[in-house]
Amino acid sequence: MSSETQKILTTDGIPLEESLRKAEKKNKIKAFLLVCPLLLFLIITYVFPIGDMLFRSVDDRMVTKMLPKTYKAMEQWDGKELPPEEVFKGFYLDYKKLVEEKTFGKLATQLNYEKNGFKSILKKLKRKMKKFEEGNYKEQIMSVHKRWANVEYWRALKRRAPSYSYSKYLKGIDMYENEDGQIVQVPEDRRVHKILWMRTLEVALFVTIFCFLMAYPIAHLLATLPMKYSNLLMICVLLPFWTSLLVRTASWMILLQQQGIVNDFFVWIGLVADDNRPEMMYNKTGTYVAMTQILLPFMVLPLYSVMKTISPSLMRAGKSLGGTPFIAFWKIYFPLTIPGIGAGCLLVFILAIGYYITPALVGGASGTLISNQIAFHMKSTLDWSFASAMGLMLLTGVLAIYWVYNKLVGVDNIKLG
Amino acid sequence: MSKNSEFVKFDKVDKSYDGKVLVVKDLNLDIAEGEFITMLGPSGSGKTTCLMMLAGFETPTNGEIYLDSNPISNIPPHKRGIGMVFQNYALFPHMTVYENLAFPLKVRKVSKDETDKKVDKALSMVSLSGFENRMPGQLSGGQQQRVAVARALVFDPSVVLMDEPLGALDKNLRESMQYEIKHIHESIGVTVVYVTHDQGEALTMSNRIAVFNDGKVQQLSSPDKLYEEPVNSFVAEFIGENNRFSGQVSDISKDKCKVKLDDGSEILANPIAVKSSGEKTIVSLRPERALINTKEKMENNFKGKIEEVIYHGDHTRVRLNLLGNKDFILKVPNSSANMDIKLGNQINVSWNSFDARALDPK
Repeated sequence: MSSETQKILTTDGIPLEESLRKAEKKNKIKAFLLVCPLLLFLIITYVFPIGDMLFRSVDDRMVTKMLPKTYKAMEQWDGKELPPEEVFKGFYLDYKKLVEEKTFGKLATQLNYEKNGFKSILKKLKRKMKKFEEGNYKEQIMSVHKRWANVEYWRALKRRAPSYSYSKYLKGIDMYENEDGQIVQVPEDRRVHKILWMRTLEVALFVTIFCFLMAYPIAHLLATLPMKYSNLLMICVLLPFWTSLLVRTASWMILLQQQGIVNDFFVWIGLVADDNRPEMMYNKTGTYVAMTQILLPFMVLPLYSVMKTISPSLMRAGKSLGGTPFIAFWKIYFPLTIPGIGAGCLLVFILAIGYYITPALVGGASGTLISNQIAFHMKSTLDWSFASAMGLMLLTGVLAIYWVYNKLVGVDNIKLG
Repeated sequence: MSKNSEFVKFDKVDKSYDGKVLVVKDLNLDIAEGEFITMLGPSGSGKTTCLMMLAGFETPTNGEIYLDSNPISNIPPHKRGIGMVFQNYALFPHMTVYENLAFPLKVRKVSKDETDKKVDKALSMVSLSGFENRMPGQLSGGQQQRVAVARALVFDPSVVLMDEPLGALDKNLRESMQYEIKHIHESIGVTVVYVTHDQGEALTMSNRIAVFNDGKVQQLSSPDKLYEEPVNSFVAEFIGENNRFSGQVSDISKDKCKVKLDDGSEILANPIAVKSSGEKTIVSLRPERALINTKEKMENNFKGKIEEVIYHGDHTRVRLNLLGNKDFILKVPNSSANMDIKLGNQINVSWNSFDARALDPK
């Protein structure tokens, strides 16, 4: 018993484990230092921005900070009837300060997100406020506009009280928390995001399928042709890959527009009438065509790298053992390419689901995807927290797909090259 | 049951890949039922091409191949019913050993019970019973090879082709596998066409050997005949070791000829490929047929200087400078009588004219 637990010593009498650790220490430090630049780079360019995005998407402190006195007074208010005088007084003092600091505009924008009509009554309040007398602010404010006497607006104000909220996420899936605190869907005519999410999934799925159907034979040819020809074909596959994304998308616009080459050709061979040229751009068709072409190499390359390793004698063995060419392909060749299919599909799907520039240029109204919506909120409405929330939802979706894939196929089975 | 001596028949088969060079030229070869025939030759000699044509992966450019008297050029590989063992085993890596063996039976719609029985039998034949659920990647090279052999035999094909099946194994394993394949062949009596570039393998296993060179069969005969009686200098050179003397026939009778060597001396030889005096020839002599300091009376007796001595344990290789040939090799059995083999010594070397075969000059 004691001999088993006894520590093994080196010839110098130092315990072996300790000696080993000492000997390995230098190498470990060296290895860490080599990895260090990448680690820092990842933290700075990936972990921080994602963390900041996550924070922004739930951060709702702006309004809370602007109206400290109001919210303090509101703690006592049950929200059923109009708030008491203290709330009005607090609001008056807070708003007066904002007007003096000239930051009331932001408050108006934020509150208007919450309930339409806030902007105008805040502006009116600002004008009338100069003549306000001390005391009885409730009466004075309510006399500015009849909406100030509407309890709905005060409830909307109260809903913005918490510092953190998940309302942006609800908005992302066309839901909101109504006055009673229930989570409900927005009216049918305003459910835009759900359509975008579904369309994004649909486009990504179909682009992946199209890419797979086209890439499989190409990759097979690449892997089986003699070197001389396969190199040329490989360049043909990669050539578009080396061309700027913008140039490729623009060239699709030239090809697909109504007076474009493809349409001209269709008219020339008599497939369509000259006055009835189909629209192939600024809709989903354009998005499908352009994205499939652009993402094709991402499917070809993993498939090719897997197929290259499959010995041609396996197919021959299958045939010599009595399998028809189809059986030999289906039972032997195809199962061996699954790691490549997995890698290619995952890659294309994930790229497609977040694709931005191509749908923006050729997608038109019916061909834009969720990423275009995110960009719209980043650039146009400046609702960054909503854009962040949708970005994170997209990221979560991708991670979920990865997880499902891992469960079904196993990430170890992926082969990227 | 009489055995068909033309079970597999190559009839005037030519093969060219590019329309410029013939890799197989006018091949005529009959293989008897139940025979173990080996196609032996250096790489690029056309032997694998012949095998691929028989398997159906290449089509003959000209001529026809018959299997049991039926032309098979237009039959696709999967309908030929020919088993094949590939150089790198070609086991399906995603299937277990059982599934690998069951594959040819499954595509033939054999019932589950029958399949189990046949797979069991085939695995026990290669002494791998109990390995059914292993994946090929979990087996050693030798085991994989056995599975490949079992798979090629499991559906009872009439012919089994083996394309350098032992090339990837180490020497010991290769030798034991040679015997194993030979025994399997003897016990089930299937026709085997075996391709190799290893002459030892060919000599050990085959009933007959077809020596290929330059797209042609140089000699087709049993292993002993091939070694003892090569018909041309390529075969003599390719199979085993041999000592060569080039010269000119100066006198010829029915079973003997005199050959004047380049250094002026004359030796007696057995005329195989020469017909008249004045012809150029290469005389080939196996190292073990030349004796040193022998008391036997032999027709050729010459003195040579020992240039190199290599000790091999059971025998000693001696390189002599003899009759202008500086690479004359002798194999001297290890015995106490042969102690004067020392570098630089002159020794007497003798051989019979029958063993010195005068072949084509090439």
